[in-house]
Amino acid sequence: MSTPGLYHLLFVSTALFFIGMYGFFTRRNLVTMLMSIELLLNSVNINFIAFNKYLWPNRLDGLFFTIFIIAIAAAEAAVAIAIIINLYRTRQSIDVQATETLKH
Amino acid sequence: MPNTTLVLLIALLPLAAFILLGLWGKKLFSQSAGVIATVLILAATMLAWYTAYKYFFVYGNTAGIYQKIPLFSYSWLSFSPGMSIDMGIVLDPISAMMLVVVPFISLMVHVYSLAYLKGEERGAVYYAYLGLFTFAMLGLVLSANIFQLYFFWELVGVSSFLLIGFYYQKPSAVAAAKKAFIVTRFADLGFLIGILVLSSSANSFDFATIIQQLGNPQQAAAQSATAASFMGISALSWGVALVFMGGAGKSAMLPLHIWLPDAMEGPTPVSALIHAATMVVAGVFLVARLFLVFSMSPAVLQLVAYTGAGSAVFAAIIACTQTDIKRVLAYSTMSQIGFMMFALGISGKEGDAALGYTASMFHLFTHAMFKALLFLAAGSIIHFVHSNHMSNMGNLRKYMPVTHGVFLIACLAIAGIPPFAGFFSKEAILLAAFEQNKIIFYTALFTSGLTAFYMFRLYFKIFWGTTQSDYHSHGEGGAAMLLPLLLLGVASCAAGFIPFGNYVTLNGAVLPLHLHIGFSVAPVLLALAGIAVAAWLYKKANSRPAKLAAFMGSFYKWAAHKFYVDELYNYVTQKIIFNLIAKPAAWIDKNVVDGLVNFSGNSTVLASEKIKGWQSGKVQQYATYFLVGIVVLAVVFIYLRK
Amino acid sequence: MNLLLLILIPLVTALAIWLVRTPQQVRLVAFAGAAVQFALSFGLLGAYRLARAGGNSQVFIFQQQYQWFPSWGISFHVGVDGIAVAMIILTAFIVMAGVLVSWTVTKMTKEFYLLLILLSLGAYGFFISLDLFVLFFFLEVAVIPKYLLIGIWGSGKKEYAAGKLALMLMLGSALVLVGMLGMYFGSGADKTFNLVALSGQAIPATVQQICFPLLFAGFGIFTALFPFHTWVPDGHSSAPTAGSMFLAGISMKLGGYGCLRVAVYLLPAGAKAYGDVVIVLAAIAILYGAFATMLQRDLKYMNAYSSISHCGFVLLGIGMLTQTALTGAVMQMVSHGVMTALFFAVIGMLYQRTHTRQINEMGGLMRVMPFITTVLFFTGLCSLGLPGLSGFVAEMTIFTGSWQNPGSFYRAAVIVSCMSIVVTAVYILRAIGKVAMGPLPKQFELLTDAAWYEKAAAVLLLAGILAIGLAPGWLNSLVSPATELIMQKINATSAGIK
Repeated sequence: MSTPGLYHLLFVSTALFFIGMYGFFTRRNLVTMLMSIELLLNSVNINFIAFNKYLWPNRLDGLFFTIFIIAIAAAEAAVAIAIIINLYRTRQSIDVQATETLKH
Repeated sequence: MPNTTLVLLIALLPLAAFILLGLWGKKLFSQSAGVIATVLILAATMLAWYTAYKYFFVYGNTAGIYQKIPLFSYSWLSFSPGMSIDMGIVLDPISAMMLVVVPFISLMVHVYSLAYLKGEERGAVYYAYLGLFTFAMLGLVLSANIFQLYFFWELVGVSSFLLIGFYYQKPSAVAAAKKAFIVTRFADLGFLIGILVLSSSANSFDFATIIQQLGNPQQAAAQSATAASFMGISALSWGVALVFMGGAGKSAMLPLHIWLPDAMEGPTPVSALIHAATMVVAGVFLVARLFLVFSMSPAVLQLVAYTGAGSAVFAAIIACTQTDIKRVLAYSTMSQIGFMMFALGISGKEGDAALGYTASMFHLFTHAMFKALLFLAAGSIIHFVHSNHMSNMGNLRKYMPVTHGVFLIACLAIAGIPPFAGFFSKEAILLAAFEQNKIIFYTALFTSGLTAFYMFRLYFKIFWGTTQSDYHSHGEGGAAMLLPLLLLGVASCAAGFIPFGNYVTLNGAVLPLHLHIGFSVAPVLLALAGIAVAAWLYKKANSRPAKLAAFMGSFYKWAAHKFYVDELYNYVTQKIIFNLIAKPAAWIDKNVVDGLVNFSGNSTVLASEKIKGWQSGKVQQYATYFLVGIVVLAVVFIYLRK
Repeated sequence: MNLLLLILIPLVTALAIWLVRTPQQVRLVAFAGAAVQFALSFGLLGAYRLARAGGNSQVFIFQQQYQWFPSWGISFHVGVDGIAVAMIILTAFIVMAGVLVSWTVTKMTKEFYLLLILLSLGAYGFFISLDLFVLFFFLEVAVIPKYLLIGIWGSGKKEYAAGKLALMLMLGSALVLVGMLGMYFGSGADKTFNLVALSGQAIPATVQQICFPLLFAGFGIFTALFPFHTWVPDGHSSAPTAGSMFLAGISMKLGGYGCLRVAVYLLPAGAKAYGDVVIVLAAIAILYGAFATMLQRDLKYMNAYSSISHCGFVLLGIGMLTQTALTGAVMQMVSHGVMTALFFAVIGMLYQRTHTRQINEMGGLMRVMPFITTVLFFTGLCSLGLPGLSGFVAEMTIFTGSWQNPGSFYRAAVIVSCMSIVVTAVYILRAIGKVAMGPLPKQFELLTDAAWYEKAAAVLLLAGILAIGLAPGWLNSLVSPATELIMQKINATSAGIK
């Protein structure tokens, strides 16, 4: 057994990305969609870490970006959940199809 | 030397009347407006006569030649070196002669109006307009600069507009005023372009420079102007022809005469002043002023001559058929101006050949007197019978003896019966025509016979025949109305005896006017014949005029309808210009040009209408667009962009 | 003289209007501000004359320069020449009259006056700026209030008109901006927006040929360049009285001034290349505008269309590129500004009383309102170019200047333009004859003549018309040295390129 290399990590992150994407496009529950977005973000995080480790091991830029994204994701989750709760309060539903008033 | 201030005052006093009465007339001088204006004009007349006297008898003549004396010059607007509008005054024989005529006639009209317009609530306005007109006319004749002349030319036009439309609540008066202004304005378009052509050839607007540069075949400017050609006609010919167009418009020559008969809608004294004695001769004056330049283009002089002769006979024929007293007089004015115009057209430059010029000015002078008299007398008659129509008049000699007397004098004068004023000036014109151009001479002879006929037709219909209604009216009007009539009557008798050739000639030297008794026989006999025919037809009511009209058939009908010139103009303006130019222009603007603007606006709206469905509000749809976009960009950047 | 005062006073006035409470106070403050500015503009005229008499021969005097964005070559640079002084006096006249005729505006008085003063601020700033960026800034300042003035206080299809006007003027601004940037990037080593600096540089001919049409068309839209003129009729006729006065009197002049100051002055080679196109468009606008005017039944539409025709003369004078014609163009701007503002003021007065603007519904008003109809006569006669009034002076200067260009093409253009004076006479006399003369309809018998503020406004503008018409020397001697400098530059540059 060899240790997992860059390609393994990229495979995981790609898999994660498409799982997130699939979830985002198919689920109608806003919370599930939010979770899918988290998956997308985390797949990007894995990419950053992997590239940082294998391509430029002596630099920390990738790590910084990852931490940055995690922080943003936390903030984003907080805002999104607040919106979702409010939506639920007004409409008794968190179905994404029901919230399409923000159009033309 | 002349006193400049005094000469300036001649023009400025009427202007003062205009400003004073125009601004405060209604409030302060509603009663005294007439008197104030009359006093101011009287002062102006005195000054003008004094100046003219001084010019002709004291300082104007140097070594037997009357000089052009520039008095005053103020650079009003300067365009570029050489080209500037200098407001100036020039005294020469013709302007001095006009200084005798214009203020005098104006004064007579002012005095006459004191009685004629008594009780008119807008009297102050009336006198203000008269002041404006007199100012403008004096400015016009004294102008030293062609643009200055144009300036006053337009002012004269607008004061004429205001006075014709004085009874502004009458739609016909408004229409006539508009017509007069627009027709002359159209002619002035030619005048303006003519000014541009001439002045750019001479590089000056100054009359003296223009004449010096262009009126002399030896000058380089004149040579280049007569050589340069556009459509085979030299620049100089274009210039003077276009200037003549302006003159023809103001002087009601064919085919720009249509405004003059309608202008009779104004108060009758106004017709006497503007549309008979002064303003309408401005065109003749203009041609005379630029005569040396005109004479450089024989073709244009011919045009002037034939236009004048044509207008003379044309108007005389129409005058024989009209029934409105003022219209008859209007056509006779047009006819007489035709005489002045063709006299200029046939005149030469040198020696005896220049007789036409002097004769034209002479006729202008005498005509002003007797035509003003005719109009003022007509005003009295209209005042008396309250109608313009000849059919409502008759046997008036019993009721208005003084008016009858002066009217007869004026008719004899215009008919050319010795020893009244018109005889002398018309003889001079006929003599000049006889020596220069036989076609025009015979036309003129025929016209003077017709003149005698239609004037005495008027005379007999008004003063003889039978009483048409009980004229239970005030008498002939007060002294204010009779005094001008008498004074003008005296002038109509005496003006002919002035040795005009001693004073007003083209080159300033004396050109004696001789009376050739043998030559005079034919015109006088013809005039007497005309009078006799008129007496035979109209002295007593009979059926001969109707029979004659029937005998003339359609020719009579055409003449009575003024040869349908008005209808032709109406057709051209209403049908052609209005329908074929103005309407399409407005339509294109609304539908094509603005249509394009609206189209661009509407198509933007339409496009956004079409694509706004993409903004569905569905988050997952947006995500799909997003994904597609990323994929496309990825493909582009990774594979396509090398 | 400190030119910044010209911007400062409207600014202070606007601030004061914003602070005071009652409509009466608003009116008084606006009036006071306009009056101070009016006096100041004459002070400027005097100071300018003194400085010139004192031998100051700089192109622009009273210059002041403050750095704004040094890295982009933008500075707040102001200064005036004779043309700008003439324009400033014109603006002062119209603002004063506009404030007076709006005396009875009751709807949102404060905002109304605020916008008027803002508009004037934009105009003053525009006329004194010597930096293209600042100039553009003030141009935009002058556009926005128009939209609101028409949209809120207008009449008729006001939303449509306001939108159309704003959009078309914005298109003009956009073209100007593109042209300016083209000049900025194409001008050579020193990238600058400074007008004085740019005028000293030899801008490459290719750049000039690209930028000139952009700038000229851009500014031309403001001054009703054919075929971009259609905002004029709708905009003017929907605007409130003072709005129309400002639009025609000031706003359209921004365009003419811009064409002259920016397009022609900075890009002489471009002007030479496109002069003929300008002349053709101007001649079309003059005659076609006049004919289109003949058909208008609404007084405001009539005056708006006649403005297209009259502003054509401005463009014709500019296109002819002779010194006299340029002087004439500036004079026509001043003359038309005063005259058309007065015309709109009179139309507003008539409308307030008769509640109609249809020519055919009026009649015989001379009997009940002699003052207003007399003023109508004066403006009408000025419009058709009667001597003694300003229109004559300006048009004759343009004709004479244009005729100095030899060549049948130029002469033909002049003759075509001259024809419009006849057409003008037709429609003006038709309108005057119908409105003022003829029988008076019964329902108008009890109407009253002008009130004091209307009289004051009319007399003010009439004084302007007469001052130019009777003694044009002062304006001519103010403007022609400036146009002479422009011509020198044009002649020198074209010689250099050849």
